[in-house]
Amino acid sequence: MSVKHALLALLEQQPMYGYQLRAEFEQRTGTTWPLNVGQVYTTLTRLERDGLALAEGEDGEGHVIYRITDAGRGEVATWFTTPVARTQPPRDELAIKLALAVTVPGVDVGTVIQQQRSATMAALQDYTRLKRQAAGSVEPADLAWSLVLDSLVFGAEAEIRWLDHCEARLRRAAAEHGRENWRLDDDASPSEHQFHRPAGETPARGAR
Amino acid sequence: MNNAVLRLTDVTRTHGAAPHEVLALRGVSFAAYPGELVAVMGPSGSGKSTLLTIAGGLDQPSSGEVSVEGVDLARLGQEGRARMRRTSIGYVFQGLNLIPALTATENVALPRELDGVAPRRARAEARRALEEVGILDLADRFPDNMSGGQQQRVAIARAVVGERRLILADEPTGALDTETGEGILQLLRARCDAGAAGVLVTHEARHAAWADRVVFLRDGVVVDETGTDRADVLTEPAAR
Repeated sequence: MSVKHALLALLEQQPMYGYQLRAEFEQRTGTTWPLNVGQVYTTLTRLERDGLALAEGEDGEGHVIYRITDAGRGEVATWFTTPVARTQPPRDELAIKLALAVTVPGVDVGTVIQQQRSATMAALQDYTRLKRQAAGSVEPADLAWSLVLDSLVFGAEAEIRWLDHCEARLRRAAAEHGRENWRLDDDASPSEHQFHRPAGETPARGAR
Repeated sequence: MNNAVLRLTDVTRTHGAAPHEVLALRGVSFAAYPGELVAVMGPSGSGKSTLLTIAGGLDQPSSGEVSVEGVDLARLGQEGRARMRRTSIGYVFQGLNLIPALTATENVALPRELDGVAPRRARAEARRALEEVGILDLADRFPDNMSGGQQQRVAIARAVVGERRLILADEPTGALDTETGEGILQLLRARCDAGAAGVLVTHEARHAAWADRVVFLRDGVVVDETGTDRADVLTEPAAR
């Protein structure tokens, strides 16, 4: 995440000191991505080194106040008008875990999927609860926080849909190939209702 | 734990006869308590709609017990179940089932009038329900002159009129856009917060997340449940 650009965008509104920047950042984004104040000051030092911000002295309480430079304004404008690059998707632990679960012998893929779906659903319930609490406010910072929550809601929803999709595809693969791989045992009791795959049989990519 | 508004105990529902019988529900046990909204999720054919029709007394289980407010529906007989549906259970369907020739008020008042409530009183109750769902100003409109979201609000008013304690909703946000759909969920949520028990059938995780508990169905079996212990994944911003 670009802390540098977020801080510059905040400085464009008015000159601020480190703690103030952190508070403003968290007001808009919740504590979703917590910033420690050390990180804020390190970033401010770099912004000053790069000529994007300037320390312009202290307030009465000894806080060093920073203001944005013209170059900094240009940098913010470029940031807002450039789409976030998706050329290199961030490493997705869940996708990696599932890719390995379906290929490593003896892993109960059904349980992996179901447990993750429950955990993601619980998170989605929390986001929704927070959204309900934030609803109705007309404060710009509350609206910003609510939009961040929407982003988390849509992300969690996408993850659950993807897990449903994986489950359906694995079941179909098991049925179509008549193999024991990822077979869902329809006669199992609810607690045993999961995919089974005999150890030692690893489906190979080329074997389709 | 006897105060459940809805309780299903080991409910099985079979369609057709052997050897071609289809097991829609297989030993499902499930309860909804006052003040609680429970979502039921699952893929197509998982049995979630069957569960809802059985909970509402529109269909009967092949075995097992269904009770609403402590009354075993099987003991009621057909007439008794119909009465239970009019007085205690409110239904919201994806297809709205509003009567086109009746105004919003008349649609909402209808179940009360069928239950023997005097028309004047039934209409007063209907207007209160329309006010609760925020469309009292559309009370005299016919369904055809309303948007999808407005019609769904009428359907919700009809489901809650007369202080019914169990609200059953089957994909109530159907074809509505995100924001309008959320408005509908807000209404369901508010009704449950005011003391009713609600069951929401949906295939959308985002909608299920409005519930206190989420029950996952697959092949007619409850495979998991979530929501009773909340994980504190996020806290609110400190400065507000």
